[in-house]
Amino acid sequence: MSAPASVSCDVLVVGAGPAGLAAAGAAAGAGCRVVVLDDNPGPGGQLWRGAVSSHERVAAPWLAALEHPAVRLIAGARVFARTAPGTALAETADGAFAVHHARAVLCPGARELFVPFPGWTLPGVSGAGGLSALVKSGTAVAGQRVVVAGSGPLLFAVARELKRHGARVLLIAEQAPRARVMRFAASLFAWPAKLADAAAHRAALLGTPYRLGTWPVEARGGDSSLAVRLTNGRREWDVACDRLACAFGLVANTEPARLFGCAIGGGVVAVDARQETTAPGVFAAGEAAGLAGLDAALAEGVIAGLAAAEGHAHGADGATETGLPAPVLRDRTRARAFGRAMAQAFALRDDLRALARPDTVVCRCEDVAHAALAGQPGWRAARLRTRCGMGPCQGRVCGAATEFLFGWGVDSVRPPVVPVRLDSLSAAGEIPPAGVEGPTR
Amino acid sequence: MSSSPSPEAVVVGAGIVGAACAWELARAGVRVAVLEAGLAGGGATAAGMGHVVVLDDNEPEFRIAKLSHDLWDALAPALPEGAEFSRPGTLWVAVDGEELEAAARRCAAYRARGVAAEELDAQQLAEAEPALREGLAGGLLVPEDAVVYPPCVVPWLLDEARRRGAQVEEGRRVAAIEGRVARCDDGSRREARWIVLATGACAPELVPGVPVRRRKGHLVITDRYPGFVRHQLVELGYLKSAHALASESVAFNVQPRPTGQLLVGSSRQLGVDDDAVDHRMLSRMLRRAQEYIPGLARLHALRAWTGFRAATPDGQPLIGPWPGHDGLLLATGHEGLGITTAFGTARLIADLVLERASPIPREPYLPARLRGSVP
Amino acid sequence: MSGRVTLTVDGRAIGVAAGASVAAAIAAAGIAVFRHSVTGAGRGPLCGMGICHECRVTIDGEPHRLACQTACAEGMRVETAASGAPAVASRGPGPAPRRDSR
Repeated sequence: MSAPASVSCDVLVVGAGPAGLAAAGAAAGAGCRVVVLDDNPGPGGQLWRGAVSSHERVAAPWLAALEHPAVRLIAGARVFARTAPGTALAETADGAFAVHHARAVLCPGARELFVPFPGWTLPGVSGAGGLSALVKSGTAVAGQRVVVAGSGPLLFAVARELKRHGARVLLIAEQAPRARVMRFAASLFAWPAKLADAAAHRAALLGTPYRLGTWPVEARGGDSSLAVRLTNGRREWDVACDRLACAFGLVANTEPARLFGCAIGGGVVAVDARQETTAPGVFAAGEAAGLAGLDAALAEGVIAGLAAAEGHAHGADGATETGLPAPVLRDRTRARAFGRAMAQAFALRDDLRALARPDTVVCRCEDVAHAALAGQPGWRAARLRTRCGMGPCQGRVCGAATEFLFGWGVDSVRPPVVPVRLDSLSAAGEIPPAGVEGPTR
Repeated sequence: MSSSPSPEAVVVGAGIVGAACAWELARAGVRVAVLEAGLAGGGATAAGMGHVVVLDDNEPEFRIAKLSHDLWDALAPALPEGAEFSRPGTLWVAVDGEELEAAARRCAAYRARGVAAEELDAQQLAEAEPALREGLAGGLLVPEDAVVYPPCVVPWLLDEARRRGAQVEEGRRVAAIEGRVARCDDGSRREARWIVLATGACAPELVPGVPVRRRKGHLVITDRYPGFVRHQLVELGYLKSAHALASESVAFNVQPRPTGQLLVGSSRQLGVDDDAVDHRMLSRMLRRAQEYIPGLARLHALRAWTGFRAATPDGQPLIGPWPGHDGLLLATGHEGLGITTAFGTARLIADLVLERASPIPREPYLPARLRGSVP
Repeated sequence: MSGRVTLTVDGRAIGVAAGASVAAAIAAAGIAVFRHSVTGAGRGPLCGMGICHECRVTIDGEPHRLACQTACAEGMRVETAASGAPAVASRGPGPAPRRDSR
């Protein structure tokens, strides 16, 4: 059986979102050969999806990292296994290949947290960032009535994006109570850039009601439209619309890090001052290392890229910030403080745990309802006895939901960490060691 | 525990074998306590294929497999929906004339003992399973072999045992067996006339000298492709892989689940304690499977995992008294036939406890045969 | 990036901007139900980023492809639940499929 294709580099970067682009640029600037793998059709991650063609200003200087001669982007590539420290396996539509690397920087970002409620599985109900991603990839929403609901400042960005594409955003429903959000808004004076962002959002969305302390309790489908029932804790009312874009914050994509042997703490990848994880030579940056937004992702990406390059050149020398540029360290500190403030302000209320009815689907891949899960002792028992988490999403959607609903923790991951073709999985066991030539790509 | 009378039998280990023993004993009116260190049905029971197959490599294997298969059949209508009991049958695949002759001999042997079996030539094989590659010689169809999902059967068996008075404790690890006492990690003790050890490959940890070794296996499950494969497909060389004690081997073994997913196996490794997925072994196993079903290559694999079978030196399970330890009954060492032979094992264990005759001879499985042999 | 791409969705010709996702093409065809769940409920994309697997459709004969993560190509053949793609077996005896809010 012929060996699968392989590429070699000094630094492997997983994820071509803001953090990954920052890391790639920093590592290449320090003299490393860099391979960037990203599972989307193009670079930019979620925030800058389609930014290449939409020429988004903020993204351009970071996307420029991909122009560096020592940086190679392989798009549409999903990392699924790691056969040795220094050898990762990825799959594209064309097949599987190995990436031999000395250091890795993991920037797999975050996904949205979905809280099950009656009707959340109807077509027309999607995530908030989810609908934004679909729209950026060409889904038309012009003239459609959209209710944006859930939690977090992300809802503003989503509403603006939808409006830009001609949607009628009927309202934004934020579950966090008014008092907390107002305090957070007042605190933005500590981050003037964020204040400016917020003001710009507000200006762009004048005329779109922003209801605080408000959340959805049910979506019902009609022939060609949806009825969304909202509540503010005192009364309920229905809103007729075409789409509901709803998500309750973000969950770090920690699976690639688990695959690389990194310790996870508090739902994010544990990193030291140089963004190094507990796995030697493996760094992490961006949302996966802590949900703190764009500025943190960029600062952390730069630090991780420099640290990965440094380690390559001189050998790792301890978890200090020595040698890292002071301005970037300052940016990271400030951005993380913003992230903490955000997490506090938009923490999810207990009411959301009571939305699901006994027959509300919790595991969408296998149609497992809340009633089947409520009596289970934990995640593993639920998986084995109800099939929850046994579908193609591998528990990414229902695992976060059951953690929120029942406090269950998900257990370790095994390869393949994404569904892959059987011949790709076979290829993983047939890699010659780095230095022995397989066909190159 | 202090308010109820002490048990007559303590079953240590609630995998499919332990659960079946507890169920059988409770049905017969024996007071049973079950102690499971982790999640009932969460060990090898959850890792295996759930294939109920009448294997016939040798006489004792055939007898216990046939007995157990018939007991599964009888129980099937009562099983819960999650058990997904189905009867796709097993189709043993022959690659050449030599294997086809072996298949013909097995067919005659099955029929002579009341097991439905049918020979297929190359054409019939291709019609029965279009996904198989061209150029195969034919096969042996055993239409009444079944497939089940054991992690849903175990809780049901334990519930049925509870209804008849059994006490079942999960998360209760037994630290030592001292005479007729099972002493748990938390210091508590359970004393009973009989202790049934059904902990699979971990048995020697509790009773040193029990001749079982861990034999690691890999499995992969795919997304849903209904109708792609209709029967459980096994290469005729599988029996060699299962019975030989070579340190590692793979054999083609693919099962259609009622969901339309395919379960792809099989691999065996002795002397490996690490439960991590071994990509080299996985590749060998998957390549072997693709040799028989080329179309497997493009199917999506959702998960891969490992499990440890309990292997004995002679390939027969250990069912019966452990010499020198009054009241201790072993119910382990089932290698790759644990699901199939769970109910036959339970029947033999209950027969020993109740001092009644068994429908098949017990001698070939008695642990005494191996006492003193090096595992 | 100003080209157009033509592909078929459930047998109908649909034109999209070059670089658009298969999910966008399906939406352009007016289709909201991409696939049926294992108990027969209609489903469409949820996460838009390749995580939830609710947007699975058959592309050029290959089932379980993620529409949201696949860029349209000229002549691509997309089949959604309306084409019976893929024919997903039910899980065996169980409740009849429900299409109301759950």
